[in-house]
Amino acid sequence: MTSATLRHAGWILRGNPLTGVAAAGIFFLTFVAIFGSWLVPYDPIVSDVAHSLMPPSAAHLAGTDQLGRDVFSRLVVAARLDLAIAVSAVGISFALGAVIGAVCGYTGGRLDRAVGRFVDVLMAFPLFVLAMAMVAALGNRIENIIIATAIINLPFYIRFARAEVNVRRNLGWVEAARACGDSHLSVVLRFLLPNVMPAMAVQMSLNLGWAILNAAGLSFIGLGVKPPTPEWGIMVAEGARFISTGKWWLVACPGLALMLTVLCFNLLGDGVRDILDPRMRT
Amino acid sequence: MSQPLLALRDLHVTFSTRRGLVEAVRGVTLCLDEGETLGLVGESGSGKSVTGFAITRLLDTAGRITAGQIVFRGQDITKLSSGDCRGLHGAAMAMIFQNPRAALNPIRGIGDQIADAIQAHRRMPREQARAEALDLLRAVQIRDPEKRLSAYPHELSGGMCQRVMIAMAVSCNPALLIADEPTTGLDVTTQKVVMDLLSGIAAERGMATILITHDLGLAARYCRRVVVMEQGRLVEEAEPKQLFRAPRHPYTRRLVAASPTATSRIADLAADDGDAQVIPMPAAPRPPRPPGTPPLLDVLKLGKRFDAGAAAVAEFSMSIGAGESVGLVGESGSGKSTTSRMICRLIDPSEGEISFEGQSIGDIPAREFHRSAFRKDIQIVFQDPNESLNPRFTAFDCIAHPLLRLSGMRAGDALGHRVGECAQRVGLPADLLSRFPHQLSGGQKARVGIARAIACGPRLLILDEPTAALDVSVQAVVLQLLDRLRREDDLAVLLVSHDLNVVRMMCDRTIVMRTGRIVEQGESRALFANPQTDYTRELVEAVPHIESGPVASSASA
Repeated sequence: MTSATLRHAGWILRGNPLTGVAAAGIFFLTFVAIFGSWLVPYDPIVSDVAHSLMPPSAAHLAGTDQLGRDVFSRLVVAARLDLAIAVSAVGISFALGAVIGAVCGYTGGRLDRAVGRFVDVLMAFPLFVLAMAMVAALGNRIENIIIATAIINLPFYIRFARAEVNVRRNLGWVEAARACGDSHLSVVLRFLLPNVMPAMAVQMSLNLGWAILNAAGLSFIGLGVKPPTPEWGIMVAEGARFISTGKWWLVACPGLALMLTVLCFNLLGDGVRDILDPRMRT
Repeated sequence: MSQPLLALRDLHVTFSTRRGLVEAVRGVTLCLDEGETLGLVGESGSGKSVTGFAITRLLDTAGRITAGQIVFRGQDITKLSSGDCRGLHGAAMAMIFQNPRAALNPIRGIGDQIADAIQAHRRMPREQARAEALDLLRAVQIRDPEKRLSAYPHELSGGMCQRVMIAMAVSCNPALLIADEPTTGLDVTTQKVVMDLLSGIAAERGMATILITHDLGLAARYCRRVVVMEQGRLVEEAEPKQLFRAPRHPYTRRLVAASPTATSRIADLAADDGDAQVIPMPAAPRPPRPPGTPPLLDVLKLGKRFDAGAAAVAEFSMSIGAGESVGLVGESGSGKSTTSRMICRLIDPSEGEISFEGQSIGDIPAREFHRSAFRKDIQIVFQDPNESLNPRFTAFDCIAHPLLRLSGMRAGDALGHRVGECAQRVGLPADLLSRFPHQLSGGQKARVGIARAIACGPRLLILDEPTAALDVSVQAVVLQLLDRLRREDDLAVLLVSHDLNVVRMMCDRTIVMRTGRIVEQGESRALFANPQTDYTRELVEAVPHIESGPVASSASA
C-alpha cells in the first residue's frame, strides 16, 4: 500500500514538478525550524554594538542590525516561531471549522442557518482589523496571536466543510453507513470528514502561508511578538527605519524569507490534494 | 439512391490517457441512407457513444480520430476545420444527449434557448425565431406552449426537458439526428412517449436517425436496422427481428440471452461470466409456517410528509412473510424509494406502524435505530453501485464495516475469513478485496454492495433499483446472484424497481404505486398478464421488448 502511495506521489510530482520544489522547500524550512537554533553561528539576542549595521559579508551572511545582532542567525531562529504560530493557528481553525461545518452541512435546518449567519457576521469585519482588536484586547502574547489568527480563519473552514459535506450527504454510501449501524455523528466524523479532507488540505496549505503573513503583519504594527524575540515581521518593522539610509538587508532578508515560505505553501496546495485523494490513483 | 447520407469507413478513435493511448473505436464501417433509422447497440465501453460523438466531431480534447473517414453527403468531415464543423452542427446534423436537464442552460428560458438554436444557423429577427420556437414546442406536444415558452428547465419534468431538446435538435431540420441514450433515466411511460415523438418527428421530416442505446428492446422497437458494437468493433448488423431471433455473433447471442423478455425467468438469463456458478436449484417447496405466526414484516397505513407539503406516501399497508419476495413498482415520484427507506428505518414515517416479527419498530426514531437489535436484520442494497461505496474504503473495508458495527466482530483473522466468505458468495474474486471502488467495474461494485448487505445475515433485504445502473449482461448475473442468495438464506426481499421485467422475474407478489398510494397489488405473473387498472396496463405496455419488433413510426400519436 505504501509503495503504491509513493508511486502515486511520484506520478503527481512528475506531472507537476513545482509541487516537488515546494515540498523540498517546506522540508528544508521544517528542518531549520527544528534544529536551527543549535546550528546558527551567533546568538540571535546578544547585541554587539561595535559591529552594528554591517552589510552582508562572509562573517555575517545577511549583515547585522542596529544592535549588531547577526541577521542571518535571527532569520534562522525566527523560522520556528513563525511556523509554530501558523501551524497551530491553522490547526485550530481546521479542527473546529471542519467539525462545525460538517455537522451543519449534514444536519441542515436551524443549526445550519444560525451558524451560517454567525459566519457571515464574522466575515463582514475586515479580518486583519478584527485580529488586531482581539490581540489588543486579550493581550500581546503568542497564544493570543494564535487564537486571533485561528478565529479569523475559522469562517473559511466552516463554509468549505459545510459545502463539501452538503453535496455528499445524500449519496448512497452515506445511507449505507447508517444501514450498517453507524450513528449520524459517526457518519459525519468517520465517513464524510475523511472524504472532504483532500479538498481541505489545499485550503490548509494556502492558509498556512496566509497565517504566517498575518502573524508577521501583527508583529509589524507592534501587536505581535515583542522584541527582542526574533520574528520575521518584527525584523521587517525594525529594519524599515533604516531603509532610507541604504541598509537594505535589514528589510530584504526577512522579507525574502517570508515570501519564499508563503510561496512554498501556496505551490504545495494542489499537489497535496492529488496525492491524498485515492480516486486520483488508477 | 446514388450515395448514402453518411458512411463511416474503418473509423478509429483513440484517447490519450494516463495509461497511454486507448483505442475506443477500432475500425467501424457502416452507412446510413436518408431518412433511415439505425440502432447502435452495445454495453458501456463498447465505443457506441464515442462513435456518435466522432460523427458530430464533438469528441473531447483527449480523443482523436486516428484513421478512417466519415463521409457525410459525399464530403469527408474528418478533415473539416472546427469553424466548418460549427456550420454542420444543428443545420445538417444534430445531437440529443443523455441527460436533458444537464444539456439545457438552467438560467435561460426554454423559448430563448430554442430561438438561439434557430438563429445560430439562420438569419431572422428575434420575433420570428421565437414564433418558430413556439411552433416547435407545439410539434413536440408540450402542453400550453405559450406559457412554457418562458419557463426555465427546472420547472419542467425530465420528459419535458427531453422534448425541448428534441425541439432544439430539429429546429433547423437537420438531415441526421443522433440520439445518445435519449431516454435513460426516464420512466418507462415517459420513455415511450418521448421515443414515439422522436420517431414520429423524424419520419415526418425525413430525418435519418441514429439511436445509441444499451437497451436491445428499445432498439428493436424503434429501428429498422441495428448494429451491435463490442469493444470498439462492430460485431453484427441486421434487422432487429433477425438479429434477436437468430443472433450470429457469440457476443450478440450473449446480449440477447441476457435481456429479459416478457416471459423469461431468472434461469433463462444466460450467465455471462465464465466461473460457471451453480444456478438456482429448483425451489424446494417452502415448509408452511404454523398458523398464527406473524409475518416477518407488517406495515400498516404508513404515511410520510416532507415539510408540511403534500404527502409523499399515504395509507401504505403491506406485509412480507419470511423468504417471500415482493416487488414495489411505480414511476419516479411515486414514493417507492421513500417507502423503502422508511421500512429500512433510515427515515422516520409521519404516521403508521411498522412491525418486524410482531414487534413494533416504527416508533424507534431513525437516528436511534442503529442501536436496535433489528438493524442487522433489515439491510439494503442501493441503486447506483458507483455512489454506494465510500471512495476511501477498500472493498474489504466496505464488507467488513457492518460486521464490525453490527456483529460485534473485531479486526483479525475471523473478520478476514468472514469477509472472504461473503466475497466468495457474491462471486467477487478475493484479490479484488484490496481495491478501492474506483478501481472496480460496475458489476464488481454491485457485488461489493450486495456482500455488504448480506454480511450480517439479514432476514429482510431491501433492493433499491439494484441493477438500474448496470449493463444487461451484468444485470443478468446480479439478478441470478440475488435470487440464489434469497433461496439459500430464506431471505425476504423487497425489490424496488421501475423495471417491470426484473420485478416479474424476481418477485412472488408485486405492489404498484402511484403518487404515494398503492393502486394495485397481486401475484406478479397474474398482475402483469392481466392488469386490473389502466395505470398498470400503461406501465406494462410501455416496456419495450425484443420480440415486439419495430413499430411503424408514422403510427405514433
